[in-house]
Amino acid sequence: MSAGQLPRWVDYGLIPLLNLAAAFLVSGLVVVLIGENPLDAVKVLLWGSLGYGEGFGFTLFFATNFIFTGLAVAVAFHAGLFNIGGEGQAYLGGLGVAFACLALDQYVPWWVTLPFAILGSALMGAAWAFIPAWLQAKRGSHVVITTIMFNFIAASLMVYLLNNVMKKAGSMQSETRTFEEGGRLPFLNDIFPGFGFDYAPVNLSLFVAFLACILVWLLIWRTKLGFEIRSFGANPTAAVYAGINPVRIIIVTMLISGGLAGMMAINEIMGSQHRLLIDYVAGYGFVGIAVALMGRSHPVGIVLAAILFGMLYQGGAELSFEMPAITRDMIVVIQGLVILFAGALEYLFRPALIRLFSAGRSPAAQAA
Amino acid sequence: MNKPITTQELETTAQPAIELRKINKRFGPVHANKDIDLLVKKGSIHGIIGENGAGKSTLMSILYGFYTADEGDILVDGKKVAIPDSKTAISLGIGMVHQHFMLVDNFSVLENVVLGAEGGANLSVGLASARAELKRLEDEYELKVDPDALIEELPVGLQQRVEILKALFRGAEILILDEPTGVLTPAEADHLFKILEVLKNQGKTVLLITHKLREIMAITDTVSVMRRGEMVATRQTSETSMSELAELMVGRSVLLNVDKTPATPTNKVLEISNLNVTDSRGVRVVKDVSFNVRAGEIVGIAGVSGNGQSELLETIAGIRHADTGTLWIDGEEIDLAKNPLDPAQMRQRSLGHVPEDRHRMGLVTKFAEYENSILGYHNDPIYSRGLLLDIAKIKELASGEIEKYDIRPPNPLLKTANFSGGNQQKIVLAREIERDPTVLLVGQPTRGVDIGAIEFIHKRIVELRDAGKGILLVSVELDEIRSLADRILVMFDGKIVGERTADADEGELGLLMAGVEGETK
Repeated sequence: MSAGQLPRWVDYGLIPLLNLAAAFLVSGLVVVLIGENPLDAVKVLLWGSLGYGEGFGFTLFFATNFIFTGLAVAVAFHAGLFNIGGEGQAYLGGLGVAFACLALDQYVPWWVTLPFAILGSALMGAAWAFIPAWLQAKRGSHVVITTIMFNFIAASLMVYLLNNVMKKAGSMQSETRTFEEGGRLPFLNDIFPGFGFDYAPVNLSLFVAFLACILVWLLIWRTKLGFEIRSFGANPTAAVYAGINPVRIIIVTMLISGGLAGMMAINEIMGSQHRLLIDYVAGYGFVGIAVALMGRSHPVGIVLAAILFGMLYQGGAELSFEMPAITRDMIVVIQGLVILFAGALEYLFRPALIRLFSAGRSPAAQAA
Repeated sequence: MNKPITTQELETTAQPAIELRKINKRFGPVHANKDIDLLVKKGSIHGIIGENGAGKSTLMSILYGFYTADEGDILVDGKKVAIPDSKTAISLGIGMVHQHFMLVDNFSVLENVVLGAEGGANLSVGLASARAELKRLEDEYELKVDPDALIEELPVGLQQRVEILKALFRGAEILILDEPTGVLTPAEADHLFKILEVLKNQGKTVLLITHKLREIMAITDTVSVMRRGEMVATRQTSETSMSELAELMVGRSVLLNVDKTPATPTNKVLEISNLNVTDSRGVRVVKDVSFNVRAGEIVGIAGVSGNGQSELLETIAGIRHADTGTLWIDGEEIDLAKNPLDPAQMRQRSLGHVPEDRHRMGLVTKFAEYENSILGYHNDPIYSRGLLLDIAKIKELASGEIEKYDIRPPNPLLKTANFSGGNQQKIVLAREIERDPTVLLVGQPTRGVDIGAIEFIHKRIVELRDAGKGILLVSVELDEIRSLADRILVMFDGKIVGERTADADEGELGLLMAGVEGETK
């Protein structure tokens, strides 16, 4: 009865690769249909995302966003919660970063601003997750519904703030003033000139993202809170039996999740844009869901999946430039296919693999 | 087909409406139906009685095509049939009234009756002919119900009548009712029985699934008793008694041998007074319960499952909320209604709890064994070093428990789902007993556990008693209660209906458990 056990390498290695292969196979067919050579397309995509320093820099820049939003979704997953409000939480996170930078950038160097920016982004992201969390914990309103609604509220709120409250004087743009040196993170090109990242916006936030990965790993697998989160996610009844308070776990987990999503703004706002502007989240929050699914909610998997999606973003841009027949929209189709196979169809190959692997074992072992 | 029919007191001339031969059904390791033979006479009301989990519903689901049997034959009207789905069952004239109604609330009675048998794309034609047919059925079987009433506006008794009409509309000759009175008031139940009488007189065959003895005695012609997946007996209702059926239901297998000396109880370690608990459906499930457990004794709560024992245990453990009630643990008074403690706080007061359902409650089966070995005790500082859990130490302690409790395979890293039932139970037991609790709540300690592990588990529980701890044992296995407990409380319908010593007469306990004495009082 207990559905087939798969070896870890199949679960964590083979299945994601098979999903990816299927996505690329279908994408290849699409490319063939519009009259281009799919192998050439792959070549352009790989070269554009990994082949030279600046391209790789862009890949890493996008990956940084995906690590934050992927971690956010993953933490909630461990508690059995589906936080699809990363988009709005990341958007509000930008507000926290902007507060810190606008207040401090003229007086202190960036490394003094950074801790405040991290704190601000995490606090604002967490705050945006709090109301859905509270409604879920206390009223049973499903977080899927409430978090997605909060994405729309966030978008409207930010438009209002950026047009009516925070707009730079005498400008038509819906954005704040540009931060001074004290509100800008160093680009990796300046720290490591040897890599030739050139104008790629990849910046110090990449390391903040790696640090977040380590902290999330410790939280989930090495702390009491993580133990409680996983217990609640895997078996809520057993968690209650164990004296774990569901209300507390739901709220705390969502706050952490929202905080991580909010931290994405450090990369975009303090690391690259150097000003708060509208619509900068641009779907990174949603892609985080696919990243978390593909990365099996484990930080290592999330980093790998984030880099993959970074490649798709960067290589895809390159592809639409090199092969005009493959428009920007085609790239979105390919990304969509990867999300479809890695996320929604995650279990497509699973039953077949389980049959394959359990057939290999002796019937006696199965009966046991 | 002409095989000799079993030595039943049936007229050999009448073809049985249903005959089951050697039906077997397994769900993984659970053998839900073992070699079931059953003969149901045409035009009779045949009861099937047994405790929750005895396999009644599984058997009926096989008959109705929800499950297919692993082995065995089904004969309807003497013909061997295969019933792969409920559509086939309906075409064979088998209708089923489920415990939970399968009705669309915001449809009318007529629409519900027609649903799935509309007969063509033009609904109004189908509805018109259905209305006429419904009228005929109502007259023939005295099943009055307004065809245009909405289901949600009907009382439960009438909704059930719609279910019966649905089955008759589809031409059912054999009607299966699964726990039909569970949701009915006594008056509604009496009315249902009248309807069943009419159906019988019109030549229909009725199969009534229940765990209520009173209903069996009141309405059936023949009764079959199931216990732990087996059909243990079939009787003519007129020739049996409630006490015989109660005994058959609960079972009278060999007493398990438990080595134990007479108890030497000392002071009260757990006391419950005036406990009332209401479940999520708003039904009062624990009624005015008061009792105590002393150090050095095992108090057993006997009862047919579903009579409030689970809720009682969960309330004491802090999982459920009480309406009223006071609890004393080791002298400390706790108001269960106004200031209840949560399970973690109860553990801090040295209350261990082996829950009745280890899969649902006692374990996170996705976790490795060592992780489950601290579930509920994970806040204990001995498992932490600074902010982090001390994984090495937890594994080491888990390995110690594995050795002491002979948990196999002896691998703390193995996923808990991959241990057998007995070993999983030992994991829970090790976790709760090794914390040296003052009071241990134990629910169904040996359900789904093999004989070897049963002995081991019983021994551990007795050892804990001899170490001067108070143990409250809930089990639906009367044998287990009788062999382990020093005092026996019998629970029926949420109340404690009697207290007996461990050497109490089994038949007497059986009657108490069936609520017979309770009802006459």
